Amino acid sequence: MIDVTTKNDNTGDVRLTGISKTYGNFTAVHPLDLTVPQGSFFALLGASGCGKTTTLRMIAGLEEPTSGTVFLGDQDVTRLPPYKRPVNTVFQSYALFPHLDIFENVAFGLRRRGIKSVKKQVEEMLELVQLGEQARKKPHQLSGGQQQRVAVARALINHPKVLLLDEPLGALDLKLRRQMQLELKRIQTEVGITFVHVTHDQEEAMTMADTVAVMNAGRVEQLGAPADLYENPKTTFVANFLGTSNLIEAEVDAKSGEDIVLKAGGGKLVLPEARCSAPTTTGGKVLVGVRPEKISLTHADDAGEIPDGRNRVTGKIADASFIGVSTQYVIDSPVCPELSVYVQNVDRDARLVPGADVVLHWSPAHTFGLDAAQDIDAGTEEEAV
Amino acid sequence: MAFVNWLKRNFVVIAGLFTLGYLLLPNVVVTLFSFNDPKGRFNYEWQKFSTDAWTDPCGVSGLCSSLTLSLQIAFWATLGATVLGAMIAFALVRYRFRARGAVNSLIFMPMAMPEVVMAASLLTLFLNMGVQLGFWTILIAHIMFCLSFVVTAVKARVMSMDPRLEQAAQDLYAGPFQTFVRVTLPIAAPGIAAGALLAFALSFDDFIITNFNAGSTVTFPMFVWGSAQRGTPVQINVIGTAMFIIAVLFVLASMVISNRRSKQKA
Repeated sequence: MIDVTTKNDNTGDVRLTGISKTYGNFTAVHPLDLTVPQGSFFALLGASGCGKTTTLRMIAGLEEPTSGTVFLGDQDVTRLPPYKRPVNTVFQSYALFPHLDIFENVAFGLRRRGIKSVKKQVEEMLELVQLGEQARKKPHQLSGGQQQRVAVARALINHPKVLLLDEPLGALDLKLRRQMQLELKRIQTEVGITFVHVTHDQEEAMTMADTVAVMNAGRVEQLGAPADLYENPKTTFVANFLGTSNLIEAEVDAKSGEDIVLKAGGGKLVLPEARCSAPTTTGGKVLVGVRPEKISLTHADDAGEIPDGRNRVTGKIADASFIGVSTQYVIDSPVCPELSVYVQNVDRDARLVPGADVVLHWSPAHTFGLDAAQDIDAGTEEEAV
Repeated sequence: MAFVNWLKRNFVVIAGLFTLGYLLLPNVVVTLFSFNDPKGRFNYEWQKFSTDAWTDPCGVSGLCSSLTLSLQIAFWATLGATVLGAMIAFALVRYRFRARGAVNSLIFMPMAMPEVVMAASLLTLFLNMGVQLGFWTILIAHIMFCLSFVVTAVKARVMSMDPRLEQAAQDLYAGPFQTFVRVTLPIAAPGIAAGALLAFALSFDDFIITNFNAGSTVTFPMFVWGSAQRGTPVQINVIGTAMFIIAVLFVLASMVISNRRSKQKA
């Protein structure tokens, strides 16, 4: 039967080896190796149709892999039906049983495993998700956020080795989503169960997960801690899908020490070699990336005040939108027609209005390099839709 | 002018009342004439008030036996059609199999075909097979034409059911049988109940197909038809009224129950 205690061993590891799924001619998931360590909060992030939900469903047993093996700890569960796997799922749109009340929804898993006295456990679980008062209501009488918590309680009460979450917050409004992100994170820390979370919301993945795997077209593009993925994207897809990136086409000019010097639109840019994932042969093309919040904006008249050693690009403000904490500028530059710059609203320079000539500058340490052979727009919003 | 304005304001209510009256007037007449004491054999003219027929509903020979037979046939036809129809509906919605499309459209044939044609062809079939006409041929015919209605009612319900509910049940340690009993069946129940009610009503008052395939057996609709040739006993109105009242009581009971439930929840 299912072990209801979560021990500090590797029984909560999820290991996928060579797992793939094809439907006819369409490959939803290319052969994939993935290890999710026991007790971690793992996010599968990608646009719709990237294979993340299929991967999740293969762990749950709701989808049979075309090839490969699913391990839970040391147990091969590839051929086990879902009702024999020590794994529970929080479904997209929750899939609460409409004919049962909240108490019975939460008790469902315990009862199916033949546990007789469920009252205490169910009540404790409803307390954990702060729904003790609602036990006798039907699902449709609860708000979206409450239904979501019931779905989590219904899965967690079984003490699964792994909890799978399939876009669990997708149906909630923004404010509630933020609240539930923290709530889920709190619950995960409290119960220490491995969480595998599928989402298309990059902010959600970064807020909640210890490790994020960015998926694109049935493959994992990059895997790592949120900050690492954000600062050091290895592909244009990751650079564009996680937040916003400015990508500038440049040519390798020379190497000096640990830096690479590049030519872009007549100017020179410096990039630490350690932060470039592309091969750098002199004369070869590289995409230079920099995040919008790392860039400072100075009016062209004050260009002389910019300290030496910073990467510089000139341009003209095409658009400025004030959004409270910051102002987002779109800059038309010879090296790139649309550069994004986010400036904190600390000391606002009244001259920085559309039409003004400006100099963009940033520290070379904040620059990353990508292989120029890729699609520069991969993972941008226009492409994702 | 004031009257015209009043009419404009209350038009919807008036139209509604007229429609209700249109629907209920036949029932009122049936009920009224169940208290008649007719002169002669036909109960078409009001003579005087009497409760004779109510105190002796089985007073006409053959009436109550035909009623019992009709209720029996309706019961078994409902059971048979509901079980088979529900299974067909699940199969059509949930599984992809060869000839699924053909089954899907064939199942509607009994609904679309004129009853007389179906009745005649069934009779031909039974006669050619040498089957004795009677209870069983009526039952077989009834299950056949009730099936398509049950399938339609259940299919609509099953199609609107989120397949993730069953996946969730499986995910929560329910095997295929448990999933069906604990989740699928309760959720599909309203559709199945609607199909069963429809089947019961259709079977109980079917005349054409029954008349063709009954042999010497007499169901209630056949009894009413037969007696209408020679005279209409008041007892027919009594039975009609009683059935109407029972149906209304059922509806009221279900309304009270669901009202009480929703109040409890709130």
